[in-house]
Amino acid sequence: MRELVFGRLGWEAIPWHEPILLGTFIAVALGAIALLALITYFRFWGSLWRDWITSIDHKKIGIMYVILGLVMLLRGFSDAVLMRAQQAMSFGDSTGFLPPHHYDQVFTAHGVIMIFFVAMPLVTGLMNFVVPLQIGARDVAFPFLNNFSFWMTASGAALVMMSLFVGEFARTGWLAYPPLSGIAYSPDVGVDYYIWSLQIAGVGTLLSGINLIVTIVKMRAPGMSLMKMPVFTWTALCTNVLIVAAFPVLTAVLALLSLDRYVGTNFFTSTLGGNAMMYVNLIWIWGHPEVYILILPAFGVFSEIVATFAGKRLFGYASMVYATVVITILSYLVWLHHFFTMGSGASVNSFFGITTMIISIPTGAKIFNWLFTMYHGRIRFELPMMWTVGFICTFTIGGMTGVLLAVPPADFVLHNSLFLVAHFHNVIIGGVVFGMFAGITYWFPKAFGFRLDPFWGKCTFWFWLVGFWFAFTPLYVLGLMGVTRRLSHFDDPGLQIWFEIAAFGAALIFLGIGSFIVQVIVSVRNRARLRDTTGDPWNGRTLEWSTSSPPPAYNFAFTPIVHDNDAWTDMKNNQYDRPVEGFIPIHMPKNTGAGFVIAMLSASCGFALIWHMWLPAAVAFAALLLAIIVHSFNYDRDYHVSAAEVLRVEAARTLSLAGRS
Amino acid sequence: MPRYYLTIAHHPHNGTLLGFWLYLMSDCLVFACLFAVYAVLGRHYAGGPSGAELFDLPLVAVNTSLLLLSSITYGFAMLAMGGNRLRETMLWLASTGFLGAGFIGLELHEFAHLIADGAGPQRSAFLSSFFTLVGTHGLHVTFGIVWLITLMTQLSRYGLTAANRRRVMCLSMFWHFLDVVWIGVFTVVYLLGVLP
Repeated sequence: MRELVFGRLGWEAIPWHEPILLGTFIAVALGAIALLALITYFRFWGSLWRDWITSIDHKKIGIMYVILGLVMLLRGFSDAVLMRAQQAMSFGDSTGFLPPHHYDQVFTAHGVIMIFFVAMPLVTGLMNFVVPLQIGARDVAFPFLNNFSFWMTASGAALVMMSLFVGEFARTGWLAYPPLSGIAYSPDVGVDYYIWSLQIAGVGTLLSGINLIVTIVKMRAPGMSLMKMPVFTWTALCTNVLIVAAFPVLTAVLALLSLDRYVGTNFFTSTLGGNAMMYVNLIWIWGHPEVYILILPAFGVFSEIVATFAGKRLFGYASMVYATVVITILSYLVWLHHFFTMGSGASVNSFFGITTMIISIPTGAKIFNWLFTMYHGRIRFELPMMWTVGFICTFTIGGMTGVLLAVPPADFVLHNSLFLVAHFHNVIIGGVVFGMFAGITYWFPKAFGFRLDPFWGKCTFWFWLVGFWFAFTPLYVLGLMGVTRRLSHFDDPGLQIWFEIAAFGAALIFLGIGSFIVQVIVSVRNRARLRDTTGDPWNGRTLEWSTSSPPPAYNFAFTPIVHDNDAWTDMKNNQYDRPVEGFIPIHMPKNTGAGFVIAMLSASCGFALIWHMWLPAAVAFAALLLAIIVHSFNYDRDYHVSAAEVLRVEAARTLSLAGRS
Repeated sequence: MPRYYLTIAHHPHNGTLLGFWLYLMSDCLVFACLFAVYAVLGRHYAGGPSGAELFDLPLVAVNTSLLLLSSITYGFAMLAMGGNRLRETMLWLASTGFLGAGFIGLELHEFAHLIADGAGPQRSAFLSSFFTLVGTHGLHVTFGIVWLITLMTQLSRYGLTAANRRRVMCLSMFWHFLDVVWIGVFTVVYLLGVLP
């Protein structure tokens, strides 16, 4: 009976004997207690539940996604610091401070967290916040599902965090290749934490992908044909198509891995006919589109920013759209370049090498489009523009090392080396991270009604940019010298200096992250001085800048009509008069706590399955089904904002606009 | 009429059917993966029994007819809904549910038989992929039946409202989709499986 309820969970699962973990746990616990105390002290619980947790407002959900991503960035970066410190000191007789079984968990958690719980929430958060505003909609197509998706993603993140203090995380690398991740070689809970956190978060990602596709296809303002959509919306559309077409593969392959682990099937085992390379193929059929899922929205952000701060229409709009679509399609034809060394033969490797190189053509076209947009523009070097220029320089170099790795013979030499590690950090930090910082800085005033402080923003930017190059140039060098990845100890003292330089780079990035936190605090404090009363602080070009900052719950008092690609510039150029009367009631979706409840039940079910607590798992699953059925009996899902309420909100905005001019 | 905004309420098209269709396509990809896995592992018997030795084709034929019939009865339910006949709709939905339950019953019988004979999913990669592909389909049908019961309760309580019609339509797509997947399973797993 005890085993049925508690499975393999016992007191020994808590890592008392690991001083680093224990210290972290105490710090996190104290922080959590302080946070809960503050919420109670300021009587914030009611508002937190009503205005945030149960909110189906796409803007609030977008903000919560971004907060989740930034919090998890701190965790993922702590792992990075541990690795850089360990590698800088673990030479010869010194073994550093991380034993191998702990080091292996750290690099696995770093990869998983940075991709699934930092990059994905940041990207999804920006799309959630911006897309409905850019297309002139009032919310997404399925507001309840949007809330549910967020809480599923947050539940997955919570499970990963839990593995730090209860049990352990996978020691397999971020894609958990079998047979290492099979039950024979990883009998403990690490891989199960990995599987269930990704499965639960994956449901959220898939549903949010479907949601945004339908939003973009069905809910655009009148007049906005596909070729009049802002480029960010285009990239969001392509990214969400990729999500819907790629994440099911991840779901399927992880389900097969869990069957191997839980039921004893033989999909990826070394015996009884299993085939481990099938796992590697399947997971990269998801994994390669995944990197484009992350980078395409970043491309969209840069497209918006370049046009805005060059004060010009984007150069080559149509080619930008075609390039995005071509990348979307090609991203499915390159997965095998992640394992040229599998031994699939020269013809197969050549095919995938060539398709990989072809992807650089549409990507290069985009780079030239941004450069030509700047050419003859009146460029304002505000923060978002600085991130953009930093991106163009950094990302191009990362792209070139990528083309180098696409050559199969070169890949045979560089495969699994630090050169590869340097390459993908070069494109993910230089592309996605810079893109997300650019996007956050750009749309922050829209979300909160005041700008971010420019001085600390510049510190953030320069520390990140310089820190990145200090941290990863040595890894390129080491990789060319043949150093493989994921090592926790080295014998050759001649390598140490390079690791020390890389650690210095990580220290600079640490300052960059610190500057960002300071920037947010300083900006909140000086919000009166940084206030944006116009709703259009950057002289923007698309519809989101036509409404107030922050926008009202209903986004637009009247649905806008679009006549041009840069709809808001067109409106400004043609003496658009903001409507101040004649408002009508607005149809809006109602808040609901169902998404939160169902997601929490999913997380409980996942936790129980990880620890083989069969009885609680069955109970949680039954409760989950029941909750979904009960929710389906709720037909009362919308309400109307009264015309008087719209008039009140719009009149307040009229006053604030007049107060400025 | 102002140039830059609508002065009347804007009602975008309802996106539920498109969204549900997209979900079905994502589910289709899950099945595509399972089919691909079966294609790779389907002959890895590891010294164990092969499909030719295990499959009871007459039983599967009965099973297949049950599922195909259930698609027809669901079609009649849709016709009845189109004619606003609630009672008739419910009747056809109920028959669909019974046929689906019969299908699941026969499938469980087949599985139990195989496992009792020592041909469980752990025996070989072929049997792992067989049980997973067929079982995933069966799991979908089971959820379809749970959904069907829920929906019939809602129909009897609230009638043929616009929201309920949309739900019947979604379940219809789901049900026919499972039927199409089964045609694939029947052909690829059973018919090709018994070939030497």
